[in-house]
Amino acid sequence: MTSPRGPGVGKRPPSARVVFVAALAAIGLLPGSAATAQSVDERFVVCPACHGADGQSRIPETPSLGGQPSFFVVAQLFLFREGRRDSAAMTAAAKGLTNDDLLAFAERVTKLPPPPSPDEAPDPQRFARGRILTLRHPCGVCHNPDFSGREQMPRVANQREDYLLKSMREYKSGARLGYGGAMAQELAGLGDQDLIDLAHFLSHQRAKP
Amino acid sequence: MMKASMTRRIVWIVVAVTGLALVGSARAQQTGTPPAEPPKQEEEPFWAIGRPKAGPGAQMAPVPAFPIPTPADKLPLAKMRVPAGFKVEVYASNVFDARGLRQGDKGTIFVSSLFGAGKIYAVVDKGGKREVKTLAEKLMLPNGIEFHKGSLYVATPKAITRYDGIEDKLDNPPAPVTVYDQLPGDVPHGWKFIKIGPDGKLYVPVGAPCNICEPDLDRYAQIRRINLDGSGMEIVARGVRNTVGFDFHPRTGELWFTDNQRDWLSEDLPQDELNRLSKVGQNFGFPYCHQGDFADPQFGWGKACGDFVKPAVLLGPHSAPLGMRFYTGKMFPQKYQGAIFIARHGPWNRTKKYAADVVAVFLNSNGTVRAVEPFLTGLVENNSYLGRPVDVLVLKDGSLLVSDDHAGAIYRVSYGK
Repeated sequence: MTSPRGPGVGKRPPSARVVFVAALAAIGLLPGSAATAQSVDERFVVCPACHGADGQSRIPETPSLGGQPSFFVVAQLFLFREGRRDSAAMTAAAKGLTNDDLLAFAERVTKLPPPPSPDEAPDPQRFARGRILTLRHPCGVCHNPDFSGREQMPRVANQREDYLLKSMREYKSGARLGYGGAMAQELAGLGDQDLIDLAHFLSHQRAKP
Repeated sequence: MMKASMTRRIVWIVVAVTGLALVGSARAQQTGTPPAEPPKQEEEPFWAIGRPKAGPGAQMAPVPAFPIPTPADKLPLAKMRVPAGFKVEVYASNVFDARGLRQGDKGTIFVSSLFGAGKIYAVVDKGGKREVKTLAEKLMLPNGIEFHKGSLYVATPKAITRYDGIEDKLDNPPAPVTVYDQLPGDVPHGWKFIKIGPDGKLYVPVGAPCNICEPDLDRYAQIRRINLDGSGMEIVARGVRNTVGFDFHPRTGELWFTDNQRDWLSEDLPQDELNRLSKVGQNFGFPYCHQGDFADPQFGWGKACGDFVKPAVLLGPHSAPLGMRFYTGKMFPQKYQGAIFIARHGPWNRTKKYAADVVAVFLNSNGTVRAVEPFLTGLVENNSYLGRPVDVLVLKDGSLLVSDDHAGAIYRVSYGK
């Protein structure tokens, strides 16, 4: 039985914060460390610690970045840099990045492979309910029919279930504004169970039966 | 030395990442539950029939500004078209997400923004060179601004605040004073356009908190007015889905407003509207009737479009008319006196892009619409936008500013030499 908050929540892997702080320390980005001008390559080294070197995150509520469109990555890094998306860790990571750096980071992210289908089978009822919701709220019109994402709209196929749910809850509550009003509008009228089902469906794309 | 320590750091990271990967794959192997039946592909529900099927021909999405504004020398000035005798120039560039425009008494141009920037800017003319200052940042969708008696009013979905004596404090803006904080605060269509009317009251809309729904209509889909101290709230217009631009007729004082109609219905229906409020409390139809003659397929049953005020003129399907201003300046030819300039943002909810222009609406002496003419065009190329006008502002010299949130620029249209 899959946890509604996504697989692996109960296994207590290292939290994003712990890994992130360790990673920042490792490359000298923490206050007090001897940070000097670093190349984009040197700074990019920190990203996989949380998000996965293979583009697939294993840390709760931390997104997989593999296969994300370049525009989406630039827009999110921009929001983090400006302190306008709520994540102290990411705002610290994006601090001081120039516009050219944003483009260079995005170029590297887009080279990571998309996360694969999960090994476990989806819950049939929740998967079916989620699928219906993607027809009613035409998610695929923006995110592509296979949910691979394009431009400012992220790949949501096989994203971490817990992260999808967290994001949609934030959009719905207004805690996360996103980079345009579409998500708040499209999620208006959906209940929390709908979001849970949607997250389950999207995270289990092409899962083996 | 530096190199060696960097290598050590990279090794550390690789170890950390590999370790995590092992944890992950071990966990994946533990999930040895027997495979469930594949979910049955259910029939498409009846209410989804007719919605656009995603595919190369039906891809639509909001068209946001790239977070990096277009440099001045890359702006599409050469592609923009205006009527003979008019001229377009770049007034200011590098104004990311430039939306609402207002002019202060001392000449400062105030610029609002929305999702992209969340900032309020001031553009100051310094001997022909224009400097862009950030007055406030990290604001929640601060689209609505107004300048009145030395104060800058800023409206977010939740509240209206006021920065007093702002033009003398551009480098050190004062803390804002709360004027009114009784707005619902929803994100969908919660961003504002505000303006102070000839009655001295502040007009503020509350949009529908959705694409199409039947919300509490005493709270949503309306235009309100309040006294400048926040008291005396009164609903002046109902059935308004999402107006992001209005102005008052220079002679009659009547409120005219643009209204953006619902999405996802059809490529060509419904059309967006220009409306005229001739009596306080009038109802303009949302969510029951669109474009004055078309009952909503879901909410319109049992409703008659004849029970609602018809639009003054239709402005095209999903064309997104936003800021508008009556022209009362002295620079443009006589024909434009009393005409309305409207910035059309251009559709996102339509596969074929168009508009992204400024149109001029000409009125008859009885206040009905005589004609709608293109005024500033040329910003659609290969079905994509080179720029997207949001607001227009008649400057004291009679020229017209046009904000463009797509390129992050402000243009100035002038006439004659």
